[in-house]
Amino acid sequence: MTLDFFIQNFINAMQWGSFLALIAVGYTLVYGVLLLINFAHGDIFMVGAYTGYFIGTFLTNNFEIKLPFDLPGWVVIPVTIVATMFITALVGVAIERIAYRPLRNRGAHRLYLVITALMFGLLLEYGNLALLGASDRQFPNLFDKIIYSIGGITVTNIKIYVILLSFLIMGILWWIVQKTRWGMAMRAISYDRLAVPLMGISVDQIILFTFVLGSSMAALAGIMYGTAFPILRFNMGMLVGWQAFIAAVVGGIGSIRGAMVGGYILGFTQIFVAAFLPSTYRDLIAFVVLLLILAIKPTGLFGVPRRTKV
Amino acid sequence: MPLLKVDKLTHYFGGLRSVDNFNLELSENELVGLIGPNGAGKSTVFNLVCGLYRPSEGSITFNGHNLIGRYPHQITSLGIGRTFQNIRLWNELSVIDNLRIAHFSQIDYKLLDSLFFTGRLVRDEQKVTQEAMDLLDKFNLVPYVNELPRNLPYGIQRRVEICRALVMKPSLLLLDEPAAGMNQGEIGELINLVRWVKDEFKVTVWIIEHQMRVIMNICERIQVLDFGSIIAEGTPKEIRDNPLVIKAYLGEEVT
Repeated sequence: MTLDFFIQNFINAMQWGSFLALIAVGYTLVYGVLLLINFAHGDIFMVGAYTGYFIGTFLTNNFEIKLPFDLPGWVVIPVTIVATMFITALVGVAIERIAYRPLRNRGAHRLYLVITALMFGLLLEYGNLALLGASDRQFPNLFDKIIYSIGGITVTNIKIYVILLSFLIMGILWWIVQKTRWGMAMRAISYDRLAVPLMGISVDQIILFTFVLGSSMAALAGIMYGTAFPILRFNMGMLVGWQAFIAAVVGGIGSIRGAMVGGYILGFTQIFVAAFLPSTYRDLIAFVVLLLILAIKPTGLFGVPRRTKV
Repeated sequence: MPLLKVDKLTHYFGGLRSVDNFNLELSENELVGLIGPNGAGKSTVFNLVCGLYRPSEGSITFNGHNLIGRYPHQITSLGIGRTFQNIRLWNELSVIDNLRIAHFSQIDYKLLDSLFFTGRLVRDEQKVTQEAMDLLDKFNLVPYVNELPRNLPYGIQRRVEICRALVMKPSLLLLDEPAAGMNQGEIGELINLVRWVKDEFKVTVWIIEHQMRVIMNICERIQVLDFGSIIAEGTPKEIRDNPLVIKAYLGEEVT
């Protein structure tokens, strides 16, 4: 294996791992406060990608309804990102309000919440299929692709942006969870929920905040995914979402650090397996590796055994 | 006007009547005890007042506010703090962080402040940390600020929990068996602590306790609960001499 070859794959793995990590964080955040595997989260990522597609297409004047003028890239990109994160966060919050909270308030067993999440994910997926049809969508070019070649390595500017932006966002998320009052309340809920309202904190408000955080991360991942792999399909949420979910479990579900590390571990395994073996072996071997990790450490890499009390 | 008025409070767990026609009036700066055998419904009364359970019948008024139908976090914000029978500190967070979280509703920086790390956020967080430190200092807890609660002796944990309950500046403090699991030395300290808290923070204290030494020492008035209903009420001396109470609950404990 030459160094060039290694670096090339390393960069690819960083990009792929960043997508998985950003989505995995959403699973783990919701699990932390609700002990619920939010199976609709993969489809929230899909909603993010499609929302980004519509907003981006509109702003770059490729939509049926045209703007009377062309917008420069430095307007289009931030507006697309912020608007997409906002709308996707609304979708995430709506799911929590419509589907999860009523069940929770009526004391439903967690299993029913998980099944509801699974069904809501399918609902989003097939709602998309019914509304937008089965044909694939081409994600708009938000920025011109520049290819840099250094020695035998080719890197696009998109890859670099994806990796850097992911790191930045995950850094901000880490800061919010560790240092701000909302993050501290989230952690308090995950450690002992009963005491939280008796400190004057509305648990429902913190749960909403958690969904906003997780969904906007997924939206960002959706836009970046669309930019890097511009074909959108109605079931993309399920395909990528399951992998991110497994990454979160391997990292230790409930642990944010675990979700990030898990995402990159899965990303690296998949890319490097595909580099040496036929790509049809990729997922088989990647998931065998993850199974081995779980067999050695069933709580995941950064997970702690949870007391089941209350 | 009483600070807290509980009127004809009744609560069912399934078919079991766990609290039956419970009445209480608490005036400001009183120290009132609630005793009774295990399963008599004492903690249920606290949970009803805090809004963790919804009563089937009856009314609860605090400071002129009707508490029925309010959420626990709203009731807490009106000025009712509490501790739990089995200490419920966040064991994975340091003592100071336990107190900082309790400041949540007293801070007003917004989400955007946290995204852009504004001066307001820094100022608010510093203020909260300072207030928490001052409060911990009053409780002589400064040496433990960075410890995890689970690594502290039981008596210290209880002190931290009472301290945390006071962050919200309550006018009514509910203590649910604060002496549970304490040794005699710690119980002596607790008795002094509760008296001191009541005077220092001008709070009304309502206390559930099994340790007769605590109850008889500090309470001005005691209610005895059995099978969800009040069977006796009065001063410590009256309770001590009440044959009904001795029969139902105290047995040989008090001689």
